[in-house]
Amino acid sequence: MTDPKITQDFGFATRAIHAGAAPDAATGARNTPIHHSTSYVFDDAEHAASLFNLQTFGFIYSRLTNPTVAVLEERIANLEGGRAACAAGSGHAAQFLVFFTLLEPGDHFVASRNLYGGSITQFGTSFKKLGWHCDFADPLDPETFRAAIKETSKAIFIESVSNPSSVIGDIDAIASIAQEAGIPLIVDNTMATPYLFNPIKYGADIVTHSTTKYLNGHGNSMGGVIVEAGKFDWAQNDKFPSMTSPDDAYHGLTFYETFGDFGFTMRARAVALRDFGPALSPTNAFMTLTGIETLPLRMDRHVANAEAVATWLEDHPAIAWVSYAGLRSSPSFKHKNKYFRQGCGSVFTFGVKGGFDAGIRLVEGCTLLSHLANVGDTRSLILHPASTTHRQLTEKQQIAAGAGPDVVRISVGIETVSDIIADLEQALSKT
Amino acid sequence: MCNLNYSDRIIRQVLEQTTTIAMVGASANWVRPSNFAMKYLQQKKYRVIPVNPVISGTEIHGETCYAELAEVPGPFEMVDIFRRSEDAGKIVDEAINLKNEKGIKIIWMQLGVIDHAAGARAEAEGLTVIMDRCPKIEFGRLNHELSWSGINTGVISSKRPRLAR
Repeated sequence: MTDPKITQDFGFATRAIHAGAAPDAATGARNTPIHHSTSYVFDDAEHAASLFNLQTFGFIYSRLTNPTVAVLEERIANLEGGRAACAAGSGHAAQFLVFFTLLEPGDHFVASRNLYGGSITQFGTSFKKLGWHCDFADPLDPETFRAAIKETSKAIFIESVSNPSSVIGDIDAIASIAQEAGIPLIVDNTMATPYLFNPIKYGADIVTHSTTKYLNGHGNSMGGVIVEAGKFDWAQNDKFPSMTSPDDAYHGLTFYETFGDFGFTMRARAVALRDFGPALSPTNAFMTLTGIETLPLRMDRHVANAEAVATWLEDHPAIAWVSYAGLRSSPSFKHKNKYFRQGCGSVFTFGVKGGFDAGIRLVEGCTLLSHLANVGDTRSLILHPASTTHRQLTEKQQIAAGAGPDVVRISVGIETVSDIIADLEQALSKT
Repeated sequence: MCNLNYSDRIIRQVLEQTTTIAMVGASANWVRPSNFAMKYLQQKKYRVIPVNPVISGTEIHGETCYAELAEVPGPFEMVDIFRRSEDAGKIVDEAINLKNEKGIKIIWMQLGVIDHAAGARAEAEGLTVIMDRCPKIEFGRLNHELSWSGINTGVISSKRPRLAR
């Protein structure tokens, strides 16, 4: 039998279908089976002991590892050009696994101010209860990250292209600042997907995803994942004791020494996922694997449709402004051209003349676009943040969050683009 | 500087041609990586002979431990170095001196163990050198076991996986 080829020889579309998956060793089943089993038999007590001590490879319990979920993890690690990945029940759970593995109580990190609103709340409010502190910086002005770094800072976190207002920071410069500080750069690549952008190529040490969005792509399953680049030296300083000190719960095992360039993933799984439990369901993993098989086809269409809709909106007399990094008018346009040659996704914001009431009339007037709170679906989605996701904020807070009274968020789907534009046209005529 | 990127073909070849490994720095402590890497490799039908002067004469996983490579009776193709980088050079030179007598073909340095000068000396003597890797992890990777933990093995094939040896 000829040796299997290594995946680096294969193109992205091939890896999107095949990476991580193989015919089932026992049955020959070609598609990845959904392994709905909570637990796995041990050969004997010795085998069980080796598994529990992380001394051999194998399955114990689906809160830690599951054969279907593992295929998804390897596939995303591969598509991102990373060393290893660990899946979680949602993107927010994935972020928790990352920070629980990095931070001690009293620690600090610096995050982009242009993030999904739920991440700003998780970092700025909920993490505080755990003694983790976050300051926000401007991704279009990288020096603001350097200025925010303190003695206790353990990471920088950015979105590759931000949700919802399509901001792309100077990723190279931010990566250099993290490297000089001896701390990892974490990039949430949800809105770009590895098809449009690979953060690891530009210096990211950890990549996170809400797989709920484009990776699954069909709005049918929640999920999240963390990917480790495998290039960060955890022993370069004394900032990361959870990687470099013996772990009492594993008889003094040291994760970086034992697992090397996938030690962070092992620690996130064997400690954070084990002890807090946000495991991904194998059915969700299966749905997401099926989605990823068509990721390149879908992303090309998402981008083409988004560029057409954004250009059309910018010329429309009822529209005040459009914030999409793919337009020349965007302050992120030069970064889009540098980092995102194949387009920058299909989620962006725009302002309707007539403010709050006009925004509500637009989203309520759509009959093809769906009024709901998700992005990265085959279906086109539309939302008026000030009356929904951000309604608890003051107007001043709404504007600071990019969710002012006139702001509308759109996630352009892969329907026939003239139908998307026609629906917006008729809805705008009612504003 | 030696190349630290090893093709799957080379690693597969090394793991397939090896039957006996002298593991320098093998520990009797069951929580140390050398101890459970030895156990794993034994389960995959390799003979692993521990070398460690501090515990020479005792047994680890049924094998007698020797003080140095020269004391190991019989041939072994691989020297697996579980010592700090600064200690690797001396062991590599011992292996070079013994290569004909013991049939040594491969110098393998563990995760984090890197000595470019020693690696170059061994390569000049015709030995295959692998640094900053673990044979247990590489065996698991090429045989799909590493995939079970979400690690990017880099392997794509439409054939049923051959499990283990």
